[in-house]
Amino acid sequence: MSLLANTTILLGKELRTEFRSRELLTTTIVFILIVLVLFSFTFDPLSEEARRFGSGLLWLAFLFAASLMLQPCFLREQTNDTLSALRLSVSDPFAIFLAKLAANTLFLLITELLLLPVFAVMYGVPVVGVLHWLVMVFFLGSLGVSIAGTALSAISAQARMRELLLPMLLLPLLTPILIASTEVTASLLDRTPSVQWKGVGFLVAFDLVFLTALWLFGEYLLEE
Amino acid sequence: MWKRAFFGAVVLLLVGAAAYASFFIAPTERTMGLIQRIFYFHAASAWAGMTAFSICFVANLLYVWRRQPNWDSLGVSAAEVGLAFITVVLITGPIWAKPAWGIYWTWDARLTSTLVLWLLYLSYLLLRTLIEEPDRRALLSALFGIFAFLDVPIVFGAIRWWRTQHPAPVIMGGPGSGLEPTMRAVFFFSVLALHALMVFLLAERYGLEKLRTEMELLRREAEVV
Repeated sequence: MSLLANTTILLGKELRTEFRSRELLTTTIVFILIVLVLFSFTFDPLSEEARRFGSGLLWLAFLFAASLMLQPCFLREQTNDTLSALRLSVSDPFAIFLAKLAANTLFLLITELLLLPVFAVMYGVPVVGVLHWLVMVFFLGSLGVSIAGTALSAISAQARMRELLLPMLLLPLLTPILIASTEVTASLLDRTPSVQWKGVGFLVAFDLVFLTALWLFGEYLLEE
Repeated sequence: MWKRAFFGAVVLLLVGAAAYASFFIAPTERTMGLIQRIFYFHAASAWAGMTAFSICFVANLLYVWRRQPNWDSLGVSAAEVGLAFITVVLITGPIWAKPAWGIYWTWDARLTSTLVLWLLYLSYLLLRTLIEEPDRRALLSALFGIFAFLDVPIVFGAIRWWRTQHPAPVIMGGPGSGLEPTMRAVFFFSVLALHALMVFLLAERYGLEKLRTEMELLRREAEVV
């Protein structure tokens, strides 16, 4: 039970840090907005094409944004060497990862849900009828992005060129998430919406595999 | 020294014999003709590259577990050699695809997942250049190597499920698949030859990495003095 208790306390700390300034959230939202606007110049955004390519664009924007948003996750702890303090204060370092990835999932989900209406209006894609399913896909996808991203941001924070390194490590690793989320989202945005359970199961499997890997190897990522 | 030269000569002979066999012994394929002969090197390189990446994965795991620098040296050597073989696969593939399918590249399951695999190991090697301290570099790159290797079957599954237009696997592909006996023999001989080449390169690269590590250590000691 101490893992859960530790995680809850650490999650509170992550959320407090962010909601004090909200700078991560605002910057990410503006970034995704810019990407969505720029994408619209590459094809006719109100044509039937938008239905076909829209979900892919949306997820690509989310992925790029996440690879930037996850940068400060561990970097932030370096300024005052708070990571050492964190490690000393919890018995299981997995709690640090769990708290950070829960916070990151939440931040990603918030930005995605805030931008969904903007996307729907700009690209002429109706989303109201399938909103609850979209939330589920966004959650599962963001969870996968956050699990892998939190692990890799612990790596990139200890290297040079970290701003470029994290996207370089993370984006190829997230190929399955991009494919599965795009497919599920695309079938939800279709003229006759349907839930692709195969894709949903796939996302769950990805999340479980990487969560297990993080649980097994996470503590080594934080070694001094 | 003599052992290395002998090993090198054997590998050269084997690869030469495999080349001879694939050009002159294997029968010409009925529909694709001569170009199909590239298969003996294309697919065999893919197998050798996958073996190298598997060695890299095991070395990564052992490094995290045992923390002996040797495992790190083996890991980076296997990744580099594997990357070289997969590069060969990615180059010979389009050469074969153009006459056979009419296009150089198609985004199907095996091509795309091989490309993603190649990108992942490229990132692995790049990551290593960006961390100075040897122990940290070894540990962090080993962990990334583990994550990357775990990702490969998932990438393959995703691409195979959602976007494929590829012929079914020919070897070990279930009933109805399979190679003509001579082709099969030549293919497995090529697999053997390219594995020998891979092991030879791996051993050489490993030796080089050991020397580098030693040199780095000596340099540090000299700096301390």
